[in-house]
Amino acid sequence: MLVLITYDVSTETTEGRRRLRQVAKTCLNYGQRVQNSVFECLVDPAQLASLRQQLLKEIDTSEDSLRFYFLGKNWKPRIEHVGISEPYDPEGPLIA
Amino acid sequence: MKKLLNTLYVMTSGSYLSRQGETVVVRQDDEIKLQLPIHTLSAIMCFGQVSASAPLLGFCAARKVTVSFFSMSGRFMARMVGPVSGNVLLRKAQYRRADDQAFTADIARSFILAKIANCRTVLLRASRERIGDTVLAGAADDLKTHLLNLSEPIALDRIRGKEGDAARTYFSVFDRLITSQKEAFVFHERSRRPPLDNINALLSFVYTLLAHDVASALEGVGLDPAVGFLHRDRPGRPGLALDIMEELRPFTADRLVLSLINLRQIKAEGFEKTASGAVQMNDATRKIVLTEYQKKKQEEIRHPFLNEKVVVGLLPHIQAMLLARYLRGDLDGYPAFIFR
Repeated sequence: MLVLITYDVSTETTEGRRRLRQVAKTCLNYGQRVQNSVFECLVDPAQLASLRQQLLKEIDTSEDSLRFYFLGKNWKPRIEHVGISEPYDPEGPLIA
Repeated sequence: MKKLLNTLYVMTSGSYLSRQGETVVVRQDDEIKLQLPIHTLSAIMCFGQVSASAPLLGFCAARKVTVSFFSMSGRFMARMVGPVSGNVLLRKAQYRRADDQAFTADIARSFILAKIANCRTVLLRASRERIGDTVLAGAADDLKTHLLNLSEPIALDRIRGKEGDAARTYFSVFDRLITSQKEAFVFHERSRRPPLDNINALLSFVYTLLAHDVASALEGVGLDPAVGFLHRDRPGRPGLALDIMEELRPFTADRLVLSLINLRQIKAEGFEKTASGAVQMNDATRKIVLTEYQKKKQEEIRHPFLNEKVVVGLLPHIQAMLLARYLRGDLDGYPAFIFR
């Protein structure tokens, strides 16, 4: 299934900036960055559970927020992209 | 059922693969071209001048992602796999059976029967579209005779002989299956090492891709791709992968090649003849072939034996799994893949 993850991490302090980097890194391990604080992750339920767990450990819920959008298996017709940096299709042919 | 994971094809000369966290990074000219989480991949195939860092190779081995290297023309060079996995009892059963004459002849017959039946279906489908083409229908009839000849157990040498006859019949009418771009795509006979015309270049390239997928699938269920039944052991040759490939060739590879030509997805300009007479594809054409091959793998069909919906890309894995079950004695015969 495809899960869209967005976040707001407070960057007021060095500690906040560290959290921001950690959250981005973790998301990158599971999916692709489609916009600055927006990631699309193609995961199965087990992978999602561990991703979620890791993210919850990293953020500070009193200052940051995380949102998960569950786009399911049939996600392709639910996404439209306009403009620059078109993301790759993780289920399509990957040719570099 | 196993999920079909994606394959990453790296075609651009000078690409460099490395590991970052849980991801595979493809760099070209010091710029990150792609960064993919490893859990979506099952294989990485590198063509031409592509290099990879040692940590990446170790990472892929640990995650059971096979990394293979091919020359620019698609010739297989090397495959990197991790520690031998799977069941040692299964592999021992495979080796014992490979030395058993009667058993070998029996299973080799299954592979070839399925291959001929599938070739025949390719011909019959074409002849249905073009009513009145007696040559195609005649060749299909000949193949039927070959099938009947194989209905009783016979010695391995004779199976190989029948296979040769059937292949000659099939390829003798292969040219008739090409319905457009006739001038550029003429087929006389199968030529390999090197392929001497456009169609042979295409066939060889797609067969290489398929062989790779079958070898990985066999490895995946714990069988040894090198020890075949129909194909004799020879150093460096994936005998069992070639065995399983026989039945999959007409459905996956041949039909793909035909549709690439007939639907004009590839053009004559995409091929060039080298000084030695060998025909090679250019990068753009190779990319189209890979893209279409990947798309084909996503197509859903109903597996005739399992009677379950599966994607084409999982066929090698399913057949490998069925073969493993047969070798273990869980199945009475090997149900080769025969499509209708």
